Amino acid sequence: MTDLPASTTRKLGLVIDLDTCVGCQACVISCKGWNTENHGAPLSDQDPYGPDPSGTFLNRVHSYEVQPDTGPAQLIHFPKSCLHCENAPCVTVCPTGASYKRTEDGVVLVNEKDCIGCGLCAWACPYGAREMDAAEGVMKKCTLCVDRIYNENLPEEDRTPACVRTCPSNARHFGDFSDPESQVSQLVRERGGMDIMPEQGTQPVNKYLPPRPRDDWADTSVLAPYLTPVAEEPRGFLGWLDKALDKI
Amino acid sequence: MHPAPSIIAFTTFSGLGFGLLFWLGIDATPPTGWVAFVFFFIGFAMAVGGLAASAKHLGRPERALKAFTQWRSSWLSREACCAVAALVTMGLYAAGLVFAGYDLVPLGWLGAALSLLTVLTTSMIYAQLKTVPRWHSVWTPPLFLSLSLAGGALLSGRVTVAMSLMLIAGALQVWWWYRGDKALGQSGTTLGTATGLGGRGTVRAFEPPHTGSNYLLREMVYVVARRHALKLRIIALVFMVVVPVALLLAPFHHITALLAVLSHVAGVLTARWLFFAEAEHVVGLYYGKR
Repeated sequence: MTDLPASTTRKLGLVIDLDTCVGCQACVISCKGWNTENHGAPLSDQDPYGPDPSGTFLNRVHSYEVQPDTGPAQLIHFPKSCLHCENAPCVTVCPTGASYKRTEDGVVLVNEKDCIGCGLCAWACPYGAREMDAAEGVMKKCTLCVDRIYNENLPEEDRTPACVRTCPSNARHFGDFSDPESQVSQLVRERGGMDIMPEQGTQPVNKYLPPRPRDDWADTSVLAPYLTPVAEEPRGFLGWLDKALDKI
Repeated sequence: MHPAPSIIAFTTFSGLGFGLLFWLGIDATPPTGWVAFVFFFIGFAMAVGGLAASAKHLGRPERALKAFTQWRSSWLSREACCAVAALVTMGLYAAGLVFAGYDLVPLGWLGAALSLLTVLTTSMIYAQLKTVPRWHSVWTPPLFLSLSLAGGALLSGRVTVAMSLMLIAGALQVWWWYRGDKALGQSGTTLGTATGLGGRGTVRAFEPPHTGSNYLLREMVYVVARRHALKLRIIALVFMVVVPVALLLAPFHHITALLAVLSHVAGVLTARWLFFAEAEHVVGLYYGKR
């Protein structure tokens, strides 16, 4: 059914820390690796070794430069996957009921057996979180690794989405946002977690933690007193040379 | 947005076909026998041909029947249901006129209403999308409806009605373009809100996620041919409104009427190409393409 649930029992999603993400793309690769051989159709590539390679990815990492009014520009790596919105526009536009949001945990999924590949859900998503697989002709999207997070055949530490499990800088966190004491809820509270494109009214579940303020270039180091130049004015032969060169 | 030929053909010809079926349905003195057959055949060929073209762009056309199930929530599903209901109703009405020479007035009116409803649901598929500010407007349904009614009147040989409706549709089209050019700016969505980093300074896309292209860029970030947009708008308006109205003002002849129809169709196809090619999807912001 393509109606959205009025409420979900749990609100599973991700917190993405823009402060610690180093843009290594490990989450992109682990996501593709897990999801191409597990739940649903594989994530195909077209012309992967040719001159015009492209393929289906459920997670992509952009990089942005932010230039403040004063001071140096900052480079921010920006991973982007499905945000499992509470008011998901991709669900209600679906003509077949293939696109749905689960009542039990809020995960937005595609039932690939019902998908006709019309592409309207991808048009309705402001984040570019859905991609039509060119080989399979059905819509692919982040499943929040539903085949990992409940999978009792995996060791407990692996029961998180592949992107979270693999992140070497701990920039991705998985948890239940309906529980105010969960790690993700606490992170959002403490670090001022934000929505992206809030004006689109999608009420995304995934939250982004803004980069922490940088050290200012004008700030002096705590080591500064020990690092003062030994001799400001050259003396002796160098002093004579300095003055002599000035006069020429 | 990517201007897929199948979608352009679908919206143009199904709009014209359902427009023609509308005028046939409310006709107080409808044609009968062979004349009725020809008129209804043209209407059905266009409406069904358009729908068939739209099925071509599906990734899994063999499952198309599933699209009739979600009419409670999805405009695309509503469109599919309305289209079939309109075609069945008008088919029965046409059968009465063609084979029995009998005018089932209530059936004609019902079919006409369903035909217009189909065009409305088509326009709502686009108007509902908040992600494409140029389409997300109360003016998108009037634009589609007026073009459908004007084209239908032209095809059914209603000269005066067609002329006034084409002028109305032309005016709506100009207003729609004028409004649409400001829509993305007025939507408030920028790379700053897309990344949540706008408050910290000027955000610039530094590096895309991949060196190659992808589905999102191909489907939603179509930027070619924008530089010819103004010329194409003038061409569309001239063929869609100016030429057919001028031809209809001349003494009536079947050749001039045919030329007026052909010119109008060419104009609507051009305008519909622009409808897609000029539409900016907000996802383009993430790629620094706006």
